[in-house]
Amino acid sequence: MLDFLFFVEVLLSGLLTGALYSLVALGFVLIFKASGVFNFAQGAMMLFAALSLVGVQEMLGVHWTIAFIITVGIMIALAWCVEKFVLGKLVNQEPIILFMATIGVTFFLDGFGQTIWGSDIKILDIGLPNGAFDVGGVFIDQLELVAGLTAGALVIILAIFFNKTKIGRALRAVADDHQAAMSVGISLRYIWIVVWTVAGLVGLVAGIMWGSKLGVQFSLSLIALKALPVLMLGGFTSIPGAIVGGLIIGAGEKLAEIYVGDLVGGAIENWFAYMLAMVFLLFRPQGLFGEKIIERV
Amino acid sequence: MSLKKFVLGALGAAVLAAPFTAPAPAFAEDTLYLPKLVYRTGPFAPGGVPTANGAVDYWAMINERDGGVNGAKVIVEECEFGYNTDRGVECYERTKNKNNGALIYQPYSTGVTYALADRTRTDKIPLMTMGYGRADAGIGTAFPWVFPLMTNYWGQATGIVKYIGDQIGGLDNLKDKTIALVYLDIAYGKESIPIMETLSEKFGFTLKQYPVVFPGIEQKATWLQIRRAKPDYIVMWGWGAMNATAIKEAAKIRFPAENFIGNWWSGAEQDTVPAGDAAVGYKSATFSAAGKEFPVIKDIMTHVYGKGNGSGEENVGQVLYNRAVLTQVFIHAGILTAQEKYGVKAITSEQLRWGLENMKMDAAMAEKLGVAGMGPSISPTCEDHIGGGEFQIQQWDGKKWNIVSDKITPMNELVLPAMKESAENYLKEKGLEPASCS
Repeated sequence: MLDFLFFVEVLLSGLLTGALYSLVALGFVLIFKASGVFNFAQGAMMLFAALSLVGVQEMLGVHWTIAFIITVGIMIALAWCVEKFVLGKLVNQEPIILFMATIGVTFFLDGFGQTIWGSDIKILDIGLPNGAFDVGGVFIDQLELVAGLTAGALVIILAIFFNKTKIGRALRAVADDHQAAMSVGISLRYIWIVVWTVAGLVGLVAGIMWGSKLGVQFSLSLIALKALPVLMLGGFTSIPGAIVGGLIIGAGEKLAEIYVGDLVGGAIENWFAYMLAMVFLLFRPQGLFGEKIIERV
Repeated sequence: MSLKKFVLGALGAAVLAAPFTAPAPAFAEDTLYLPKLVYRTGPFAPGGVPTANGAVDYWAMINERDGGVNGAKVIVEECEFGYNTDRGVECYERTKNKNNGALIYQPYSTGVTYALADRTRTDKIPLMTMGYGRADAGIGTAFPWVFPLMTNYWGQATGIVKYIGDQIGGLDNLKDKTIALVYLDIAYGKESIPIMETLSEKFGFTLKQYPVVFPGIEQKATWLQIRRAKPDYIVMWGWGAMNATAIKEAAKIRFPAENFIGNWWSGAEQDTVPAGDAAVGYKSATFSAAGKEFPVIKDIMTHVYGKGNGSGEENVGQVLYNRAVLTQVFIHAGILTAQEKYGVKAITSEQLRWGLENMKMDAAMAEKLGVAGMGPSISPTCEDHIGGGEFQIQQWDGKKWNIVSDKITPMNELVLPAMKESAENYLKEKGLEPASCS
């Protein structure tokens, strides 16, 4: 019985941690879905957003809600800068060129953020619960529970945004074909600013969750590495895929660490997540929910 | 010409011309060149920044207050490596021959220490690894250019277990206890394993090992296992982001903070402040005292920050800052010893090795250098690159660290044979002859 309870505890904890990975993965999916660009800078954007939030709060001594609004402004400005100085110059270039550009953005944001706000670990406290429930001997982290609910809410909001709004449909049109979208009057520049803004805001939410859990620090940007197997598994274009992928990766890596790790010396959860994603890819190369790309000649 | 072209052209010209426009070193002047491998960015920056600041500020103070060491100006140059071993080695190669040659390196990274151990042997440059690096490097005949000084990881582990023994009424009572070792799964963290296994066998406690995946930000699986295992004590070999996360996770599973003891790289303000209330009661080893009351720290405040210079006043007096200052003080003592022996101001790296092997950091020297009560007394030799030393346990009260133990000496009867065996294996593996100390 104790063993079963422990299994449930590990599974639940994995699922909730997976929801936190999903929050990061959502940012990647948004930009890929809307612009066909794999945004390597999503982790750095999350760090930059969280650093800005805490930095503004400390610098101005304001309530976190005011700092949040200012940070939203900063993320919109960042999206504008990315479009103006990076992507805007690379319209119709090969995807690999755009990808490389986002690597540049990553290093810039990592360095710029730390230069402005410093490298110390900063406490982010917006009143989220930080304890744990003990439900019949099963340990549940309250913050992770909140993160799970937040991830769920974000999926619903984003699904409505993409499917029911004019801008959402325009985003999808741009993703399918830049030139065709431009020919029917969709402003590529405007669309890219919108999508990078939305991804920045998702990064801000993810940064708040991870920052509340770990403190705001450089290592937050490395969480992006945890989102990659989630994307491989869930598919790069599916918002629900990011959530389901996150849950599978989160639960899989925790169960593997605890039940298999001991046999091989432990510390396997990082590479196990990638291995799990690769096994899925063997059967569904486009990921669980990704769109199968058919090139017609 | 457009403005854009002009700006780009000017920038390009500035970059190309930089090597020729930098101020040339005054060769007529006696100088001591101390390059610093630092990590002010990256996942370990929270620890890297205060250690870098302490080192840089100390030499700025010496130059300002004394005009250098016995008149020889100290040139300090930082090289950022972001705690990446490859970049650390690159920094070493880039700086080792500048300004008439580097005198000594202290990378604050066990990975870089491993990578440089052979290079510094060839280049004849001391590598100071005070409180980190290879545990067997204290054997001077096997590692003539490496100076761990003042005990090592293995000595520290034995001391922590000694302290736990004291808490439960003697080492004999460890028999039915369980100690969890939580370590960062890199070379540094793994250094603790062999001696903890030896201690477990000797004293009969159950040792449970929990590696934490680098850089230690996601530890949920580890703490679920610990919650289930219900250890009596937890010993942590962490660094950087891992520490605060571990302290928080321990509090979440309601593990008593006073039974959670970090090593001396897991016990700084950078680890406890971000953990908030969860850190109250948490303990760690330390070999350097925190605080601003030491004369050397006061002098830094007067001669560096008092004159509007300095790298980060918020770090002054913190555990890691003071430890970095203390490390520089030991180098200073080595330089003074070498200058006296060789009768020159601008000593070489080989002369500094002799200085470090023959310095006496006793009460008188500590008083002279302004660090009385701040660190251990040591007297290394050519054979013994540790030179004695002891450490203490400190506890976080929510605002500051307080010393809560007497001075602890390692179980040298266990540590020294293990060091010798490991050093002999190293020499065999590398096909090297022991250095002569005669």
